[in-house]
Amino acid sequence: MLEIKNLSVSYGGIKALKSISITVPDKKIVTLIGANGAGKSTTLRAIAKLIKHDSGTIIYNGEDITAISARETVQKGITLIPEGRHVFPDMTVLENLKLGAFLRTDNKAIKEDIDYMYELFPVLKERSTQLAGTLSGGEQQMLAVSRALMARPKMLMMDEPSLGLAPMLVKDIFTIIERVNREDGLPILLIEQNANFALKVADYGYVLETGTIQLEGTGEQLLENEKVKELYLGTGD
Amino acid sequence: MPFDVLIQQICNGLVLGCVYALVSIGYTITYGIIRLINFAHNSIFMLSMYFAIVFVTMLALPWWLGFIIVIALTAIMGVLTEKLAYHRLRNRGAPTSTIKIAALGVSYLIDNVVIVIFSGRPKQFPTVDLLTDVFEIGPVRLQRTAIIVPLVVLVLLVGLTYFLNHTKPGLAMRAVSRDMEAARLMGIDVDKTIAFSFAIGSGLAAIGAILWGQRYTSVIPTVGSMPGMKSFIAAVIGGIGNIDGAVIGGMLIGMIEVMVVAFFPGLSSYRDVFSFCLLLIVLLIKPTGIIGEKVADKA
Repeated sequence: MLEIKNLSVSYGGIKALKSISITVPDKKIVTLIGANGAGKSTTLRAIAKLIKHDSGTIIYNGEDITAISARETVQKGITLIPEGRHVFPDMTVLENLKLGAFLRTDNKAIKEDIDYMYELFPVLKERSTQLAGTLSGGEQQMLAVSRALMARPKMLMMDEPSLGLAPMLVKDIFTIIERVNREDGLPILLIEQNANFALKVADYGYVLETGTIQLEGTGEQLLENEKVKELYLGTGD
Repeated sequence: MPFDVLIQQICNGLVLGCVYALVSIGYTITYGIIRLINFAHNSIFMLSMYFAIVFVTMLALPWWLGFIIVIALTAIMGVLTEKLAYHRLRNRGAPTSTIKIAALGVSYLIDNVVIVIFSGRPKQFPTVDLLTDVFEIGPVRLQRTAIIVPLVVLVLLVGLTYFLNHTKPGLAMRAVSRDMEAARLMGIDVDKTIAFSFAIGSGLAAIGAILWGQRYTSVIPTVGSMPGMKSFIAAVIGGIGNIDGAVIGGMLIGMIEVMVVAFFPGLSSYRDVFSFCLLLIVLLIKPTGIIGEKVADKA
């Protein structure tokens, strides 16, 4: 279980997050929705230790991990799939997968996991020796997901996995998210522009507005909420 | 030109090109990884020559042991420049232009410390007979360096290529140079990887300096500036950030420099000009250098 308490972050004097608190329980999918600039990515980046925060605590399975490094966060099993996928474009698909397992030393199990990823995403097997930069957007997202899974994470954070993908692929990605969550019991903290999809798969959701949490509730509750409907689902009256 | 002289000149060009190639790899690696044009690299080159004078000439260690110490010590110096100067600036969010200026400062600092300690008077580089003896193939008289230097460089390049493509730290280095943040998300220790790249670049510069010293034995505190400048040009001509490009650029510059003087002895006092002319021509035709960035990025 990941608990974020009163997290504040600022960029050059501007407050991006104002004391937000979020909980991601075991085996659950939690989503953050909100407009651009609401602080969704900032939240994930602060948890991954890509940016420094001003105050607040991050507790993971009862352990205070507020002060650890990005590397240690990965070691603890918290892996972020960044916005825009960030696969290594001039490396092969296989090299990308190997980098996902960078902190692991169990070479035999790494090989097995690579085979497992090829099973999950057969297209990656076909393209195994191809440079990741030559893959389509959807394929790159599959690579980003499998690269993250190569770390054998205990918790996944996903930043806009559907960004820039064709509607068909968006569905595929959400199927994968649900599958990973159900089969491996992996808790997922998900950011999505597509609030409709996100709230449907999520057990719990938070609505972020200019750095503060405006609303929270189960996926269903938020889907029914009039304000959410109006602002984020585009179905309000 | 008689045949034997031509062969000799080709070998001279090859040796010079090899040295430029080794030094230019250092420029290209630091640029590739943190977008830094390391203006202190020529001072590191020079420093390693003084280390050789200290350990091999003054302390009279066996040459092989002395040179190993020199290479290791130079690598450490490279890491120190990163840790004490560039790393701190980067951490405080300094723009790359600031770090470049810092590199200039580091360069002057090293140069002047060397002047204070060793004075500006020329010193003799410790040559090794095993490397510098002359042998004959038919009418052609060659220094052993003509064979040994290209061999050493070939072995180093094969090793470096293997390291970058088939080892974990090598993979980490490529990852960091491509996308520092994504590398962090893989759990790669970015600072360590950057420091390591400085160690490799500086170590290779030391090997280049030792080979250079076998031919050009006079050592002064500015001895690194011309080979450093030409190696930098080599890296740019080849396509900065790209190791293969650095090697090609180095070879090209070494060969052209020697050949121009060989064919037009009257121009020998302008020899350095040709490297710069080549730079301008290549950049006019292909601004990204011969190999350039071969990145396919659709996303």
